[in-house]
Amino acid sequence: MSATRARDADERILQASPLRKLMGRPELGSVVGAIAVFVFFVFFADSFLRASSLSTVLYAASTIGIMAVPVALLMIGGEFDLSAGVMVTSSALVSSMFSYQATANVWVGVGVSLLVTLAIGAFNGFMLTRTKLPSFIITLGTFLMLTGLNLGFTKLVGGTVSTKSIADMEGFPSARDVFASTITVGGVGFKVTILWWLALVAVASWILLRTRAGNWILAVGGNKDAARAVGVPVTRTKIGLYMGVALGAWISGQHLLFSYDVVQSGEGVGNELIYIIAAVIGGCLITGGYGSAVGSAVGALIFGMTSKGIVFAEWNPDWFKFFLGAMLLLATLLNAWVRKRAEATK
Amino acid sequence: MTQPENAAPRGGSRTPLVELSGVSKNYGNVRALEGVSLEVYAGDVTCVLGDNGAGKSTLIKIIAGLHQHDGGTLALGGEETRLSSPREALDRGIATVYQDLAVVPLMPVWRNFFLGSEPRKGRGPFRRMDVEHMRRTTHAELLRMGIDLRDVDQPIGTLSGGERQCVAIARAVHFGAKVLVLDEPTAALGVKQSGVVLKYVAAARDQGLGVVLITHNPHHAYLVGDRFVLLKRGTMTGAYTREGITLDELTGQMAGGNELDDLRHELRRR
Repeated sequence: MSATRARDADERILQASPLRKLMGRPELGSVVGAIAVFVFFVFFADSFLRASSLSTVLYAASTIGIMAVPVALLMIGGEFDLSAGVMVTSSALVSSMFSYQATANVWVGVGVSLLVTLAIGAFNGFMLTRTKLPSFIITLGTFLMLTGLNLGFTKLVGGTVSTKSIADMEGFPSARDVFASTITVGGVGFKVTILWWLALVAVASWILLRTRAGNWILAVGGNKDAARAVGVPVTRTKIGLYMGVALGAWISGQHLLFSYDVVQSGEGVGNELIYIIAAVIGGCLITGGYGSAVGSAVGALIFGMTSKGIVFAEWNPDWFKFFLGAMLLLATLLNAWVRKRAEATK
Repeated sequence: MTQPENAAPRGGSRTPLVELSGVSKNYGNVRALEGVSLEVYAGDVTCVLGDNGAGKSTLIKIIAGLHQHDGGTLALGGEETRLSSPREALDRGIATVYQDLAVVPLMPVWRNFFLGSEPRKGRGPFRRMDVEHMRRTTHAELLRMGIDLRDVDQPIGTLSGGERQCVAIARAVHFGAKVLVLDEPTAALGVKQSGVVLKYVAAARDQGLGVVLITHNPHHAYLVGDRFVLLKRGTMTGAYTREGITLDELTGQMAGGNELDDLRHELRRR
């Protein structure tokens, strides 16, 4: 090394290669995982590469992904939402039952559902910031309450566990177009949820990487006290994140409703963990402060490929959960390893 | 360590930036602070010395707006007030640098630097942080403090403890703080790093800031301090100007004077 170079740079610092920089990205582990899963199923499932299969995989990924995006942002902000799964069902139920009981245009029900769902999210955030209890407890409470409400209220109003069909009501066709239509590209039908999903990923990435709110989300998850001390509105940020999850639940809920025309009130239980798994596989640090929206999308994609790939490979779908668990463990280990290496060399 | 020539005479007719008189604070039935008074002048360093549990952190939290005092008065620029939040304290020019919670370790340096006061551009839904400006300013401001960062994108947790403190100080100076409150900035640092941090304390003082330096190290305090307030078990045991006390006296006071003699006696080989 010449004397001039030594003056320019601290001799103790080695030049970071582009590869190292890439390894610093939160979603890297999940991308590697996604490629591995893809190659695996291309090899073992003959029909995996067909366009129709691709459409099926993307649809499965999108239904998870729409929720995984706001759940990932929430996790980056340092919190969980265990009520996210049943909130989707609640949102669909409100929309359906309001339209039916008030014999209104279904769009009115959709609007009311948006307000109610956002209110549930705000309730979660408010309780969390007010009581300072762990989000695990708060949202576990909301989860149980919503599960009970979904079943109890639906039975109380309609006498059965599912809602009445709203297919013949005004506004149904247009609402179905927005939330549950199929777009045909080159002879293959793609569900509109894929677009919703991609749009959410784009918006969430924009918020996280380029806006002030994104800076606040990273900060409240990384070190809440430091954030508060420099003037970040911690309460507002957390409530906003919970309302973001509610918005995702609303979109998912409307899709659930308009894919058919009735809603089963017992659905959604257990899905909250799937969203969290997608976010963690996508590189979100479970303790907060680190992760990306794109990562959660890749996590959802892994989820879609695995769940459908097993079917295409004509294996017993009972193995799916095992795969998922192994994937979660591997992804988390890989993430931890990547981050350690990336930080050690800085 | 000498005073800058243009510094105004200490005390006298000047209005202190921050003035506490007879301030007390209770946590439930625990009296954390009782009858503490201190003054902070522009271009002066006021040191608060005390052992663990002396009430230093409580004092800081009152000045920083994290807690409100229960008794006594807090005046900013001669006007009696009560700070309701850290945001209000910041808006009134009081920036606090905490020993351990000054930064968010996983976030890049530039995001940390502007956290809570992010400059923005664009309008409507495209209103966004001015990332280029933030990166450039962070690098320039740290360079001014003598820290040449290779990469402002690196997580701030990868910097050394002293560098992190300096980033926090540079941040406070950049955002136009009039009063800089430093909580044990040298507590976890080695000798050399402590020196670096004290140099920035002096630099901030020379730029006309009023500095409150909380420490339990009388040697560090005496290097930069103009006035000294000693705390013990929540009460004030002494207040001195630099002329009024020598380092040995300060060390003696700090260690508890007579208590130190007793300890020496106890520890002596029989």
